[in-house]
Amino acid sequence: MKTFLGKRAISSAISLVGLIVLVFFLSRLTGDPANLYLPVDASLESRERFREINGLNDPLILQFFRYVGDLVQFDFGMSVRRSEPALDAVLRAFVWTLELAAITMTLVAVLAIVVGSLAAFRVGGVFDRIATFFSLIGASAPDFWIAIVAIVIFSVGLGWVPTSGTGTVWHWILPIAVLFIRPFGLIVQVVRGSMITALSSAYVKTARAKGVKNRPIIFVHALRNAMLPVVTVIGDQAAALLNGAVVVETIFGFPGVGKLMIDSILQRDFAVVMAAIFVTAVAIFVMNILIDILYAVLDPRIRY
Amino acid sequence: MSVSETTVIRDAPPAWISVMRMLWRDKFAFCAAIFLLLVILCAFLGPTLLEDVATRQNLRGRNAPPFDFSQAWTMWLGGDALGRPLLARIIVAARNTMMVAAGAVVCSMVIGTILGLIAGYSSKTASQIIMRLADVIMSFPSLLLAVIVLYMLAPSVGNLIVVLAITRIPVYLRTSRAEVLEVRERMFVQAARVMGASTKRIVFRHILPVVFPTLVTIATLDFAFVMLAESSLSFLGIGIQPPEITWGLMVSQGRPYLTTAWWLSFWPGLAIILTTLSLNLLSNWMRTALDPVQRWRLEIARKKND
Repeated sequence: MKTFLGKRAISSAISLVGLIVLVFFLSRLTGDPANLYLPVDASLESRERFREINGLNDPLILQFFRYVGDLVQFDFGMSVRRSEPALDAVLRAFVWTLELAAITMTLVAVLAIVVGSLAAFRVGGVFDRIATFFSLIGASAPDFWIAIVAIVIFSVGLGWVPTSGTGTVWHWILPIAVLFIRPFGLIVQVVRGSMITALSSAYVKTARAKGVKNRPIIFVHALRNAMLPVVTVIGDQAAALLNGAVVVETIFGFPGVGKLMIDSILQRDFAVVMAAIFVTAVAIFVMNILIDILYAVLDPRIRY
Repeated sequence: MSVSETTVIRDAPPAWISVMRMLWRDKFAFCAAIFLLLVILCAFLGPTLLEDVATRQNLRGRNAPPFDFSQAWTMWLGGDALGRPLLARIIVAARNTMMVAAGAVVCSMVIGTILGLIAGYSSKTASQIIMRLADVIMSFPSLLLAVIVLYMLAPSVGNLIVVLAITRIPVYLRTSRAEVLEVRERMFVQAARVMGASTKRIVFRHILPVVFPTLVTIATLDFAFVMLAESSLSFLGIGIQPPEITWGLMVSQGRPYLTTAWWLSFWPGLAIILTTLSLNLLSNWMRTALDPVQRWRLEIARKKND
């Protein structure tokens, strides 16, 4: 187990280094911040001065080594736009995204597992057909479209919930509901497929023959064995949410890391972009390792 | 090979007929296939037939409400903010939407599969390098990549395909590698090796055909995903730029008029949903049809339900 964790940490670190190099050089290709922050008629000297202050005048490779040098001391640089340390801005936004992702994924996981298992119990039955149909629609819906349609209906039309922003509990309902739909649809399908296989296996037949009741058969015998592919997909979906549900965060004016990232890219705020990518990448790597551990917990045959 | 080519099984109908029969058994999948054919037809013929109608502005028909059947048929779904007929625009936009998704899926599938085959069948170092590369791509926010590429190069259909293809490569890479690792240990592969088949022959003639059905199923599902991704990019304003149109762009163009003219965003969004739904249904059907263990569900008529 320990060697496994060590190996995973090392390979994650290698990927992280690759990511940082890639993002650093690629993001510098998007253009010169001086053109964006200074007025069009700014003099050449003031442009020079702006670049001097923000350390953009040196050769790119020198900038890169300076950045890495700072990074080793956990200094992510200052945000040009916000004049505060980039890491502070990112962590503040990341907490929002983390809460949003955690609430959404918990709801998705619990409901999808229950619905998917019940659907698999009678393949082709009424509940199965309804569940399959709606989960397919959910998995196919573009979230930005659902978001704006939901705003029109529930905020503008019925006036039940606010259109955007944060503050009260009510502000959370629409973003969570919209983010819920697609992962829910996908995971119900995975649970259903995986449970159909598990329920037709020999040990379930044995349990039936012994006279075990339906509920323990579904939720104890079959579900535990059907969980592995489900956990994988839940992990993928959670990673997508952590990476920032950019579209939904933009539409609902939610101050999460996805919105921060797209704003910073558009504003050429490189320090914030780098910090945001670093933080989310670390979070995703940690989550992947946790999922690998969860595999071993669920299936004792898996040993690392 | 020569043996299997000369034996003809009389009783079995040609492959495509039995496939069509299996498709007919699953009514949902059948409808989905018909709908997708329709969309493909629109993509091919739409722009040549309706380009003029779809771009002609008509200020009297600004935000014209839908279901006004006294108008020309192109206006049945209403008009957009410049009075251009929505139905015609949706049909024309099908081409860009489909082209981006199809291009991205085909590119990522070919590259990803080849890399996956290499990673699964060659030395450990090559495999390690390829897998780490996949990790980097997976953890790289696809949106950032899109913005960077589309800023450096103009946001055209071709560049959008490149961006989306890169982000989807790991899916095929990981799947094909995992399958190869399993298949390479099977008896027929070992037999081929013992008989002195070259690596190229083993990989392409013996392993690839076994892995291929899984990849096609994933590709169908992925087509839907890529379509949604393209729509999101266009919606955020970093995808296809006007005057070119895609469904996602149409949704975002209708957004300012949401409270007064809901149909501007609603119809293109519905087109996206129906297409992705069809792809999902078809992918589900393929998973059953291509799986020898599950295929019986489609081959015998369902007497109880029919």
